[in-house]
Amino acid sequence: MAARHARPAGLIRLALYGFGLLPAAVSFVLGATDRLGADPVNTFERTLGLWALRFLILSLCVTPLRDMTGINVLRYRRALGLLAFWYALFHLSAYVALDQGFDLHTLLADVTERPFIILGMVAFTILAALAATSNGWSIRRLGRRWKVLHRLAYAAAICAAIHFILSFKVIRAETLLYGGVVAGLLAFRVWRALSRRAKPPPA
Amino acid sequence: MRVFRYPAPPSSAITPHALWLSRRNMLAAAAGAGLTGMIMPPRPAGAADLAAHPGALSGTGLKPTPLRDVTHYNNFYEFGLEKTDPAERSGAFHPRPWTVQVDGMVAKPRTYDIDALLTRPLEERIYRMRCVEAWSMVIPWIGFALRDLLAEVEPLGSAKYVAFESVVRPSEMPGQGGVLPVLDWPYVEGLRLDEAMHPLTILAVGLYGQTLPNQNGAPIRLVVPWKYGFKGIKSIVRIRLTDRQPRTSWNLRASDEYGFYANVNPAVDHPRWSQASERPIGAGGGFFGAARQPTLPFNGYGEQVAGLYAGMDLRRDF
Repeated sequence: MAARHARPAGLIRLALYGFGLLPAAVSFVLGATDRLGADPVNTFERTLGLWALRFLILSLCVTPLRDMTGINVLRYRRALGLLAFWYALFHLSAYVALDQGFDLHTLLADVTERPFIILGMVAFTILAALAATSNGWSIRRLGRRWKVLHRLAYAAAICAAIHFILSFKVIRAETLLYGGVVAGLLAFRVWRALSRRAKPPPA
Repeated sequence: MRVFRYPAPPSSAITPHALWLSRRNMLAAAAGAGLTGMIMPPRPAGAADLAAHPGALSGTGLKPTPLRDVTHYNNFYEFGLEKTDPAERSGAFHPRPWTVQVDGMVAKPRTYDIDALLTRPLEERIYRMRCVEAWSMVIPWIGFALRDLLAEVEPLGSAKYVAFESVVRPSEMPGQGGVLPVLDWPYVEGLRLDEAMHPLTILAVGLYGQTLPNQNGAPIRLVVPWKYGFKGIKSIVRIRLTDRQPRTSWNLRASDEYGFYANVNPAVDHPRWSQASERPIGAGGGFFGAARQPTLPFNGYGEQVAGLYAGMDLRRDF
C-alpha cells in the first residue's frame, strides 16, 4: 500500500526540500560573492531566520487547514518542520561563525544575559528536539508522549516570533504580522481543544 | 585573380596634422571622463560640488567607506525603516530654501540661511561613524565647528545644553506618515554645552566633496564622532540653547536602551546585543571580506573627549 502512494508524495517531498532550501543556497552564493549589499552577514542572518519562522508557521498551518477546508497535507508536515529546523540551524551558525567569529565571550554573554537571544535559543533547542524525534522509530517509541512533545512547536513559534519582533529597533508592521499569525494559530488550537472537551464524542 | 585596390582619398580630404592631433586629445579627454564616471558612482540627485580644505582634526590612517555605501546604507526613519529607504524615497525632499533658527538662551538669536552657511570656510573631517546597531563607517564630512556658530549667537551664562530639532514634512518624508508609531516627530537631539563646544563637534553640510545628499540629512546635520550615530540629528531647522537637559528621540522611545549621552562604549552593551565589536560597512568581499573589529572607547576619540566626562559613571549615564 505504502509503495503505491510513495512515488508522487515522495517526489513532492523532494521538491519541497529542494525549493525550500533554495533561499538559503541563493543568499549564500550572493553573500559569498559580495552581492548581498553593504552588510552581507547581517542580511544573510536575517534571511535565514525569517525562513525558519516561515517554515515553522507553515508546519503549524497543516492541522487548521485540514480542519477548516478538508485539504490534507499531513504527509508533508515533517518536511516543513525539518526545513524550519535546518534554517534555524543555518541562522544560528551564521551568527556564531560569520557574524561573531566564534567569539565565545560575547556568545556566552548573549545566551546568559540577553532575553532577545535567549528566546531565539529556546526556539532553536525545541526545534532540535523535534527534529531529532521526527522519525517513525521515535513516534512508535514515545507513543502518546510524542504528541505532547511536538506540541512544543507552538512554544518555539511564539519564542521565534518575539525574537523576530525584538530584532529591530522599532516595532514593524512585518514583524507584527508574523506575530499575529502565530497568535492566531495558537488561538485556533486552544479553541479546538476546548470545544472538543465540551462535546465529548458519543460512547 | 582579383587585385584589391586601396581607396585613395583625394589630398583635399586629408586632415591637417595639427587638427588630427587635437582630435586625439579630445578623444583622450572623453575616454578619461568615461573612466571617471565608472570609478565614481553617479552623484546623488541634487548634490553639488563643495570646496573644503582638509581639516586638522581628521583622523589619520582612516580609509573612507565607499560613497555608494555611505549614501545607500542609511538609518533615516523619516524616509522609512529600511537601510535602502532613505536613498530610494528622499527624491521629493527639498533642501532649499532652508533656514536654521538659533535661539533660546543666547544674547544674539539669529536665523541662518543655508546658502550663507555654505559660504563659510568649510573643512573636510574624516571621521569614524559608529552606529548603535554595531556597524561602522568612515565618512569624509564637510562642515564647520558648531562652536563657531554658537560663538556668534553668544550663549548666556545660564545656558547648559543645546537642543536640536529636525524638519517635519510628511508630504516629502514618507516615513513620517506611517500608521505604526516609529518615533515622535520632529526628531530631537541634544548635547551638553561643553560637548557642543568641543572642536570635534561639527555641523556637516557635505560629504565626499559634495553638498549633503538628501538621504544623509540635507542640507545640514550634526556630527559628533565619539557618540553613536543616532546623536547626529539630520535636516536641522532649529538649534536652541537651554538650561535643561533636552529630550532626545531615541531616549523617549526606549530609555533603557538609548541614553542621553550615547557615548560609544564597548563596555556598556545594548540590552539586546554586545557593543564590544562592530561590522565595518562596505569592506567588500562579501561574507569573508572584513571580520568584526573591536569597538574603541569614545569611538577612538577618547584622548580628545574623555576629559568631558571625568568623574561620571558612564555605566549609569550611558
